Amino acid sequence: MTLSTFYFLVQQTMFYSIPLLIVAIGGMYSERSGVVNIALEGIMIIGAFVSIFFMNQMQSTMSGQWLLVLAMLIAAGTGMILSFFHAYASINMKANQVISGTALNLFAPAFAIFTARMLIGVQQVTFMNTYRIPEVPVLSAIPILGDLLFKNTYLTTFVGFAILIVATIVLYKTRFGLRLRACGEHPQAADAAGVSVKKMRYIGVLISGALAGLGGLVLMVPVTTAFDGQVAGYGFLALAVLIFGQWRPGRILFAAFFFGLMKTISAAYTGIPVLLALGIPSYMFKMTPYLATIIILTFTSKKSAAPKAAGEPYDAGKR
Amino acid sequence: MNVKKLLSNRSFKSISASIFAILFGLLIGYLILLISNPAQATRGFIIILNGGFNGGLRGVGNMLHNAMPIILTGLSVGFAFKTGLFNIGASGQFILGAFTAIFIGVRWTFIPTEVLWIVALVGAMLAGALWGAIAGVLKAFRNVNEVITSIMLNYIGMYLVNFLVVSTVFDLTRNQSISPINAYLPSGGMDILFPFSSANIGIILAVVVAVLMYVILEKTTFGFELKAVGYNREASRYAGINEKKSIILSMMIAGALAGLGGGLLYLSNTGKHIEVVDILASEGFNGIPVALLGLSNPIGIIFSGLFVGHMNMGGFYMQRLRFVPEVIDIMIAIIIYFSALSLAFKSSIENLARKLGGRTK
Repeated sequence: MTLSTFYFLVQQTMFYSIPLLIVAIGGMYSERSGVVNIALEGIMIIGAFVSIFFMNQMQSTMSGQWLLVLAMLIAAGTGMILSFFHAYASINMKANQVISGTALNLFAPAFAIFTARMLIGVQQVTFMNTYRIPEVPVLSAIPILGDLLFKNTYLTTFVGFAILIVATIVLYKTRFGLRLRACGEHPQAADAAGVSVKKMRYIGVLISGALAGLGGLVLMVPVTTAFDGQVAGYGFLALAVLIFGQWRPGRILFAAFFFGLMKTISAAYTGIPVLLALGIPSYMFKMTPYLATIIILTFTSKKSAAPKAAGEPYDAGKR
Repeated sequence: MNVKKLLSNRSFKSISASIFAILFGLLIGYLILLISNPAQATRGFIIILNGGFNGGLRGVGNMLHNAMPIILTGLSVGFAFKTGLFNIGASGQFILGAFTAIFIGVRWTFIPTEVLWIVALVGAMLAGALWGAIAGVLKAFRNVNEVITSIMLNYIGMYLVNFLVVSTVFDLTRNQSISPINAYLPSGGMDILFPFSSANIGIILAVVVAVLMYVILEKTTFGFELKAVGYNREASRYAGINEKKSIILSMMIAGALAGLGGGLLYLSNTGKHIEVVDILASEGFNGIPVALLGLSNPIGIIFSGLFVGHMNMGGFYMQRLRFVPEVIDIMIAIIIYFSALSLAFKSSIENLARKLGGRTK
């Protein structure tokens, strides 16, 4: 494998890992506040759809990174709106969080396809990819790191890392983060200390919605120029990354990159002579990320560090 | 007074909550139709309400055929729910059952045609059970979240079946599986009741299996144990129930049900073949709303499966008026969402009972 192939692999891995990272961190905020959010897949779809539709409509008048930034904000905002329904059902109505999440997952692709066909006549929403950054000025000259991180990249990659850093600091170094975590571990104690469990959980779910919506866009932009109403199970993969990462940002980062690498290899193995020579049928490669997940989870799930109160509606009357 | 007692009854509350959810979903569906095409909205809505009847007896037959796989995947998801597990892996189990049935139908030529379909269906159930068992074993012994395992197995199953179809039963020109002509399901009288439709013995089998599941869950010790483990794993272990065995058996039964659904669908002589594309079998996921609407009760699932089949046919016929059939999926999603809020409905009904005077249960 040549050096340029290696650089190419790492660059491609970013495109698969960063969306997983963003969405998994969103999921982490929701679950650590106490609400299970399996609607990440549906929210990704809606976030991607609305923002890409926006790009589709606006790309004749605007272009470049600013359009992308605007689209990212729209994706996050849309995700927040959709997650509000999940929050309302789970927190106010104390509904079964899995059912509420499933409803959103059912709603999202149907809504995306329906609206697309109604507004532009076809299911697929196309957009022009004017966002690729061939070389970041100055930084791309750094030996090795420059080739790995600052060439053939997208703004979204850096946004993803920024989100990781900010999210980690907020969760562990701020009062807000502490209170949020308390609501997920022992909401009764948090309530006794004066924290509004309801408000904290709402914030947790809305953050997960914003990040999932953003993640949907971030997934689509580098890898395709057409969106047709699905994200190929990425929302669920992000859940796996979250569980694999034991609900901690550092481990989630590792898990996301592990996955991203597996997925990239399964897509790009034809360019790696060593792997191609093995003669394994393509289906085996495609299975690898999923198989690897199961194997790893088999060994890491025994001592699960899930937030203790996740998934249970908050009952102020309980001890 | 009897009205109070009726309002306090738990089943009544659950069923009326489901009905409210359905009414809300229909209402919002109507609003969506109004927004997209105001002139035709009412006609479109009536077509949805008429469902399979839009096509007369043939439409009703097709509706039954449409309901058949989702009743089974609904049973799969619902049975798992009843025992405390979320079987989101029905899709993978379904397609593995489908492949096994097709493989047996095409390749096991040494079995007489009269019984080949039965053998193929048994094979489908075993394949689905095996797939479900993987998730069950990992959950029981290693505490791996069955949702994640099942999702992974969905994808692994999809890729595996694509690979197996290409290797063993491939129709190269059409990029799909070969037709299992020797194992087509008998019509079981459905061709007389619903001429020219796709209905066959499959729907009868689906209903029979549903009743069987009801009997197992509600009338046997085995079913009781499964439900107990679902309610409280530690307590049932304390009571002497082998919860690991129960979890694994639950997932195996759920897998077998989904696999049977796959076998029944692909052995129907309706032109359905396994296409070698990287798309998950949607029938697996469509079972989730069926299970939720049916309140995970096997008999309820028969009705909710028929209801969803009815709505799907409505969506099909609605295309005459140029409406996008995804409206139906949106309506079903909204119905599920509102049924999740059913706890709120239940307490509203309790308040109503209280207002009418006297105590509630």
